[in-house]
Amino acid sequence: MINQCNRATLTQGRMVPLPETLIDRIWGAHVVSSLPGGYDLLHVDRHLVHDLGGPFAFAGLEQRSLPMQSPALTFATADHCVSSAPGRTESTNPSAKALLPLLRRSCAGTGVTLFDIDSVDQGIVHVIAPELGITLPGSTVLCGDSHTCTNGALGALAWGIGTSEVVLVLATQCIIERRPPQCRVELAGMLPDGVYAKDVSLALLARYGTEAAAGFAVEYVGTAVRAMSMEERMTVCNLTVELGAKIGLMAPDETTIDYVRGRRYAPTGADWDEAILAWSQLRSDDGATWDRELHLDVDVLAPQVSWGTTPAHTIAIDANIPVRTDAADAAEADSWERALDYVGLAPGDPIAGTPIDRVFIGSCANSRLSDLQVAAAIVEAAGRRVPTSVTAWVVPGSQQVKRAAEELGLHDIFRGAGFEWREPGCSQCLATNEEYIGPGERCLSTSNRNFVGRQGPRSRTHLASPATAAASALAGVITDPRTV
Amino acid sequence: MQAVTVVSGRAVPLDRSDVDTDQIIPSDWLKRVERTGFGAGLFAEWRDDRHFVLNNEEYAGATILVAGPNFGTGSSREHAVWALQDYGFQAVISPQFADIFRNNCTKVGLVPVQVDARVGRELLDAIIADPSLEITVDVAAGTVGAPAAGIETTFPLDEFTRARLVNGWDDIGLTLRYVDEIGSYESQRPAWLPITR
Repeated sequence: MINQCNRATLTQGRMVPLPETLIDRIWGAHVVSSLPGGYDLLHVDRHLVHDLGGPFAFAGLEQRSLPMQSPALTFATADHCVSSAPGRTESTNPSAKALLPLLRRSCAGTGVTLFDIDSVDQGIVHVIAPELGITLPGSTVLCGDSHTCTNGALGALAWGIGTSEVVLVLATQCIIERRPPQCRVELAGMLPDGVYAKDVSLALLARYGTEAAAGFAVEYVGTAVRAMSMEERMTVCNLTVELGAKIGLMAPDETTIDYVRGRRYAPTGADWDEAILAWSQLRSDDGATWDRELHLDVDVLAPQVSWGTTPAHTIAIDANIPVRTDAADAAEADSWERALDYVGLAPGDPIAGTPIDRVFIGSCANSRLSDLQVAAAIVEAAGRRVPTSVTAWVVPGSQQVKRAAEELGLHDIFRGAGFEWREPGCSQCLATNEEYIGPGERCLSTSNRNFVGRQGPRSRTHLASPATAAASALAGVITDPRTV
Repeated sequence: MQAVTVVSGRAVPLDRSDVDTDQIIPSDWLKRVERTGFGAGLFAEWRDDRHFVLNNEEYAGATILVAGPNFGTGSSREHAVWALQDYGFQAVISPQFADIFRNNCTKVGLVPVQVDARVGRELLDAIIADPSLEITVDVAAGTVGAPAAGIETTFPLDEFTRARLVNGWDDIGLTLRYVDEIGSYESQRPAWLPITR
């Protein structure tokens, strides 16, 4: 590690380094220069660009006639705007047709690697970056997308930025930031059957709210974290931004190293040996302190489902929708009332059994192979079909995920039960590709946001795990996957 | 970036918490490649309701938005900031801003004014009671006040961000002063990190 800016204290005439957190350690290794007011100029190891924000940012660079500092460190993909229809091309929908040629031209002109709509590696930016070994432990990863924190699952310092900052990174490979306050979230215990990483994140949101970690960098620790696969960790880190946090990450361990080994852009040979030595240092010191600490016992969790219009409007799937008197104050009670009016549900009613029109299994939260395996296992075990009243989509997170799932025959299981098996992309998560949930339609979605109109004007979203999504699709109503 | 030292004017009360960036500017608008015209999409879904506060003519021409806590949560879209600016807002007052939104504001000169929850409530009540109430945000002094309502308080803004706002400095200009340091840093990175050229 270079430029290690260890804080130190003078003890008995010797400089003793103060205990550092994982976040301090990665931050310190990326300081190019310290700026006034506690700001640092940080180096960016990997920069990810997508079709929705990319063309705008490259245009900003062109307007200023600036070259890119390090084109080899930026990777672009087509995900937000592409159609997920089987057999899709860029002409399938107008947004891809308008934006992809611009992104393609900018990438060709600058030398940035693009995973285009027809690439065998195309996919959702936060699915392909870990999958291709672009995201590495101990690295800094930025992208003009708030769910960039997903990449923190590998022990990277990763966060979302706006267009102005994307232009800055293209031009300088650096970012100006102040070290955020730090929050430790302990996930204790082991997940019960039928309860998944998504349920953990939703339960955290239900308990602590959307401002729980506002502006913080979060390190997740605990037995549940260590027991999670890399893909489960990505789900938890993905939803960290919904807690208000900038960054969510987990110290790398054997699971991480096994995941990264052999991936295309991961180091090899002597570099690999040096890398794993460096990664073994990536943990918070004993005695390190946090500005905030949160705790969740996962042993007692039930599957979770959101009922309202923020991800914190979440309850256990066997619970009832809250009533006014459950609210902390009148303002919260009013916001609940507005949310329930929007989603067309009544306080005090059970959430399970609510009829649904749509199911969306996909997004950077839950579109990886293990997510699809969990959903397919439920479909196979149930031996039922999606009722005609429900349209259910499975949108794999990447071409690699899609191929791996097809090799396992998952596509046949889904199709056989009446699900649509589609092409990779962001799809119905944010509806920038003309794939909407219709006005008034109710969707059980494995994505990460249930905001008003998020999946299309007047759309109603309920967030849940892929298991809950699969069980609900088959029943036509919101269904506890433990009952299948 | 346009320098901003003082913002004075009337304000719109948006008495809601957790206003996410999907509400500020729906995702359909993100497909535009032009930098202008986003004001027409500001709060698009809510503006269909004729009772929505932005449709109230008493607040026409306001330059400040006063909102409930956790404003700008959700997607990182800078378009949310552009839409507010394009509509005519130069400052937003809230007890709590989402991190990325706040950052985006300071990059393009929309002033994020964070006040405590009590003051936020008082300001909302005051402009609901009197739409003509004048509010002044002094970026250089770090104060926000509505003298006619007896409200005067400070708001947090670190010195670096304040200097950038009042001088109109943008990050690219600042960072390009460090090209030598960046080159030197890149040449010393460990070999296992991705190569830069």
